[in-house]
Amino acid sequence: MSKTPAGTLYRGREGMWSWVGHRVTGVAIFFFLLVHVLDTALVRVSPEAYNVVINTYKNPIMAILEAGLVAAIVFHAFNGLRVILVDFWKKGPKYQAQLLWGVVGLWVVVMVPFLIRHLTLAFTGGH
Amino acid sequence: MAATTEIQAPRSGRVAPEYTRHGRSRGSFEMFAWLFMRVSGLVLVVLVFGHLFVNLMVGEGVHAIDFGFVAGKWADPFWQVWDLAMLWLAMLHGTNGVRTIINDYAEKDGTRFWLKAVLYAATAVIIVLGTLVIFTFDPCPPNAAAELLPAFCPAP
Repeated sequence: MSKTPAGTLYRGREGMWSWVGHRVTGVAIFFFLLVHVLDTALVRVSPEAYNVVINTYKNPIMAILEAGLVAAIVFHAFNGLRVILVDFWKKGPKYQAQLLWGVVGLWVVVMVPFLIRHLTLAFTGGH
Repeated sequence: MAATTEIQAPRSGRVAPEYTRHGRSRGSFEMFAWLFMRVSGLVLVVLVFGHLFVNLMVGEGVHAIDFGFVAGKWADPFWQVWDLAMLWLAMLHGTNGVRTIINDYAEKDGTRFWLKAVLYAATAVIIVLGTLVIFTFDPCPPNAAAELLPAFCPAP
């Protein structure tokens, strides 16, 4: 049986792990965003400078990192909608755990076609 | 099995003084920050999913992205406004999220102060830089090789 003290809301279950996942993905996305604005700013330097840097994104290793980034964004987005429901929907707190499984289900539904399309493009060169 | 605990609405409208790290109330800033996370989050779901779909899923996906691709998008005010809104909302949303994390984990006053100082400086630089790039961008820069430019640029 669980050693969780009675009345402890968040310990070790859906509520806590979704909170951990939201923080970890949020921080990862934030640091990517800083880099992404900087790489895009190279369009202001010259077409050559931008193309050289953006071409480093177009290889299979970066494609897998991009897939991880998109996986993080999609989880953060759907779990964010879950947080909004928990905060604003009267029954949100009661169903917060079920809502997390909805988030995971939707995440799979979005990620499967995304990965098929993205990895096909990445590994076939797209031409 | 303790999982049947009923979850009750928060009872406190304020944080008890012994749990605050700063001396006195800061007005309603934290409430607006909380609300901003929800409102900007909703808008960002649309903006970011649209951004990812158009840049990674349509046509040749990531392979189509080069200077000409970006220039073609930003020649259209629609994508300028889209990307500007995404830049500001994502940076402010992310900055507030990292601010929350710093407040949670950095226990010394000095550590929190300096981490947040670095955070806000980085945020200001990125928002100003990104905004300037979107608005001062020239899709047909002079002296650039014509084959790198979008098709609508006049022949040199």
